Amino acid sequence: MSELLTAARPRLDGTFLERIGLGNIALVIFLVIYPAVASEFFIVQIGAYSLIWGMLALSLMILAGYGGMVSMAQISIAGVAGYTVAIFGMNHTGVHGFGWPFWILVPFAVLLAALVAGLIGLISNRTEGIYTIMITLAVATGFFYFTQQNYALFNGHSGFAGIEAPKFWGINWRAPVPFYYLCLGCAVLSYAAVLYASRSAYGLTLQAVRDNARRMRALGYDVTRHKVVAYFYSGLIAGLGGVLLVWFNGRISPGTIDVSAAINVLVIAVIGGMRHPIGPFLGAVVVVLIQTFAIDVVGAERYNTLIGLVFLLIVFASPDGILGLWEKAKLRAPREQVFQLDPLRAGVMSITNRRKRNI
Amino acid sequence: MRSKINYALALAGMLMAPAMASAQDTMKIGVLATFEGAFTVLGEDGMRGAMTAVDEFHGMVGGKKIEIIKGSSDASPDSAVRAARKLVEQDGVKVLVGPLSGDEGLAIKDYAKTKPDVTFLNGSSAAQDTTLRDPAPNFFRFSTDGAQWMAGLGNYVYKEKGYKRVATVAEDYSFPYTQVFGFMAEFCKAGGHVPAKAWVPIGTKDYSSVIAAIPEDVDAIYVALGGADAVNFLTQYEQAGGKAPLIGGSITVDQTVLTSKGKIHDVLIGTPSAGPTADSNPSPEWKAFVAAYKKQPGAFPVPSLFAHAYYVNMKAALLGLQQVGDDVSDGGAKLRAALSKLVFETPTGKVSLDENRNAIADIFLTEVVKLPDGTLFNKLIKVTPQVNQTLGIPRDEFLKLGKVGRENPSCP
Amino acid sequence: MLAGGGFSRRHVWILAALVGAAVVAWLIFAIWPAWLSAALISKRAFFSAVLNGLTLSGLYFLVASGFTLVFGLMRNVNLAHGSLYLLGAYIGYEVTSRTGYWLFGVAAGFAVLAVIGVAMQVFVFRHLEGDDLRQTLVTLGISIVAADLMLAVWTGTTYQIPIPSWLDGAVTLPIVTAVRANGELIFLRYTFFRLVVLATAIVIGIGLWFMLNRTRVGMMIRAGVDDRAMLSASGINVHAVFAIVFAVGAGLAGIAGVIGGSVLSVAPGEDVRYLLASLVVVIVGGMGSITGAAIGALLIGLAEQIGLVYFPTYGVVLTFVIMVAVLALRPQGIMGRL
Repeated sequence: MSELLTAARPRLDGTFLERIGLGNIALVIFLVIYPAVASEFFIVQIGAYSLIWGMLALSLMILAGYGGMVSMAQISIAGVAGYTVAIFGMNHTGVHGFGWPFWILVPFAVLLAALVAGLIGLISNRTEGIYTIMITLAVATGFFYFTQQNYALFNGHSGFAGIEAPKFWGINWRAPVPFYYLCLGCAVLSYAAVLYASRSAYGLTLQAVRDNARRMRALGYDVTRHKVVAYFYSGLIAGLGGVLLVWFNGRISPGTIDVSAAINVLVIAVIGGMRHPIGPFLGAVVVVLIQTFAIDVVGAERYNTLIGLVFLLIVFASPDGILGLWEKAKLRAPREQVFQLDPLRAGVMSITNRRKRNI
Repeated sequence: MRSKINYALALAGMLMAPAMASAQDTMKIGVLATFEGAFTVLGEDGMRGAMTAVDEFHGMVGGKKIEIIKGSSDASPDSAVRAARKLVEQDGVKVLVGPLSGDEGLAIKDYAKTKPDVTFLNGSSAAQDTTLRDPAPNFFRFSTDGAQWMAGLGNYVYKEKGYKRVATVAEDYSFPYTQVFGFMAEFCKAGGHVPAKAWVPIGTKDYSSVIAAIPEDVDAIYVALGGADAVNFLTQYEQAGGKAPLIGGSITVDQTVLTSKGKIHDVLIGTPSAGPTADSNPSPEWKAFVAAYKKQPGAFPVPSLFAHAYYVNMKAALLGLQQVGDDVSDGGAKLRAALSKLVFETPTGKVSLDENRNAIADIFLTEVVKLPDGTLFNKLIKVTPQVNQTLGIPRDEFLKLGKVGRENPSCP
Repeated sequence: MLAGGGFSRRHVWILAALVGAAVVAWLIFAIWPAWLSAALISKRAFFSAVLNGLTLSGLYFLVASGFTLVFGLMRNVNLAHGSLYLLGAYIGYEVTSRTGYWLFGVAAGFAVLAVIGVAMQVFVFRHLEGDDLRQTLVTLGISIVAADLMLAVWTGTTYQIPIPSWLDGAVTLPIVTAVRANGELIFLRYTFFRLVVLATAIVIGIGLWFMLNRTRVGMMIRAGVDDRAMLSASGINVHAVFAIVFAVGAGLAGIAGVIGGSVLSVAPGEDVRYLLASLVVVIVGGMGSITGAAIGALLIGLAEQIGLVYFPTYGVVLTFVIMVAVLALRPQGIMGRL
């Protein structure tokens, strides 16, 4: 699991196995055999659902963790993809539903979502830093109200129902086990892509922009372009998550993308930790478990208090979320030096000299 | 290392198939309502209604003990389906009562189609298309829909009150569309006109401008707003010196609005409305129901229409289970056959189902009156007996009227 | 603020202002021709919408000014600001309905929330100083928990804070809306309390301006807005200044809550509504500027009410369109500084 600690550094040495990391292999094996040991409910309602929210939170983690931009509009981007699937694919609400085949529909929806994400990035990057959270929250709410009021395109408050995942190769991809593997495949793909990109030249530049935009600008980098491109990439993942979410629910309505959903994405990312792409998935599992079983433990009435307190505890005690707790535990054992990459602290103002990093 | 293994074992235990313990001597019934979010109060009252029915059976049905498992939504369709999935797929219920609100109902109907072995009974959701168009064969609604609730109101205000021109103010989503539809279907047929319809976004707080834009030559204003929105509108209407009398939607003048804290406004007195219950229903069955309901912890002075709907549906479920002796081993086919034919007396009169499994029941025309102690109350004016979903119009003709919406129906 | 550029440019401005004033005066006092009434529904509808927009702006200004004040000094986006508003409203209701004096409710709303504001500063933000993002996340967590606890205490019921009879009722404004057949003029009647809200907002706005520009504390605050480090280096107890600002900011949210709960109503979900309103107002007006908050509130309040009457379907969206437009043209907000 030491992979988790040092992942943000480029590692081009070592054998293939070492580069993948034993911990990751164990994780992959567990995830692959999971459907064999779990009940249908746990496969889809916990497993697949966590993977989907993990992807949404991962799309935020790219921006916040690597770019220092906390966007609250990721759920809106997922919503763009979801609505695209509903409008251009099939639904049985009787509004639109052009019935495009999935192999055009899905890339189209994801691309559209990414373009919208880029646009949001362009808007929010007109100002900097902490303002991002305000502007994107306002954008997300604006989009929510628009979908709620617009009947011509979004079918208003009712939204769309009866959206089905495609069936091909003789497989119904919404059946529990195939759907789980579909989500797992998409999640692993996104995860690997993020891991790869974070070690690429582009990823390193983005992290440098996060740490000191002024210096990077002086060095001749186009800071705005880097940030907008980050939004675009995050939009690809959020869009893919949105497509899966709409297949999971079989429906989409403004309630799917409201303010509490926007906050949910942030809560998951923060609880999981934003230093490594595995964090959002950890956070998603924890939050989904709490969400599902709170009613049996504390009663659903106070579910929000519970999740809010967990969130506060994490923000106070471990700015790097569960991932940070894990690493603290690891640090007690003598190990190689671990560097404090700390995107949550890498706010806007005083980040320059707080820590030195030898990337 | 040992602790890790223990942990892994515990986790594996959690992942196993739903618990089968004591499946022999208990009958699991899921109740889905809003126990979180702004509708918590309504969901809890729905639960009280359901428990009133359970208590009426002394917690036993067909020789088995009733085990109620709660599922919670926040009134969004997504959360309702998630909660239903947990109840069905994790907790293993074969009979589910719920949900509370209209869009949730549409979503649960869709979900019901994917679980043909489970029997779904409505909670209090009242959207028309839950049963009217494209119904699910295993979704039963022993409560009535939002258009049925308006039965008798259009004729009453046109003939008895003499209102010829009425403006409407309603929230901009499916449930108020259905209510306006139900009202206008009768009112327009009687010869009335609706020159202006104001659709306001849900959660609008400031209605003064909307009020000012209502045409001055209308005889009355039909208001279909719920909860806080209704309270705001009514206060501001009074402050603006509104003169035109009001006509209320079913949830505009229910107990949640009449008991709202603060100034209780006289503007509501005399407002006619219609719905599935009437606070002052003199029938002994209703009085007995109110008394039984009040034994539930935290009960309101009068059961809300949510408590009533959950009660009726839960009672239907229990009666059905009793008839088949709790036998749902055949995927509930016998239970559903029994439910389809079920006719029973509720606190609000006889209930039976049509071919789409939607209730045919009595609807109550009421007027708001002020009691000597200052509280407001819905007084029973008239009962419209046995209203069906198509409001007495033949089914194919009714379907031709089209889906409810901002523009449909129209009689300016 | 608006340092007049060239002399001729100033002339143009004055001319434009005069023409504008003349048009407005005509709109107010003339009896509208039929075509104008037809275009704008009726004079009554139009002026009610404008007046409602103005009074709503007053309410928005009260909420947003506290938000912007805290933000300007501490760079802290207080996402719990809406919760402060809602709590203020509930406290106002409890105190007013128990004592029977509305003004007690307003005072309690301010005092309790000011104390809570100081507590938040001392117990939470001071420990996370210089860490803007974590401060913001903490406020988000607080708002989630606070909303749920308030729901537990006050349930989902709608409350209205009773206003005293001397504030109740309607007044006749010197605006003729129509002429009866017998030549009698019909004047516009308008809710008195809403005018009081507008006046209160103006008085508080002026008060804030004086506090910031004419007092020693205000000087410190302004210095802190410009350069926090220099302020603390010059030997001033920055924490005390922060605490004062937080007390005033939270207290203003409390007052706004009581007033909002009187003129409109109190129910769960209002916290998010007013948080968003504050966000949009502050983004439009310019972050950290009281004048900006006033301008932003004016724009958003008017847009919301006029939108509600003339294009109800997209009235809510209009405010966000304004926001995006301002961001595109002037990213720092109308009165903001880069």
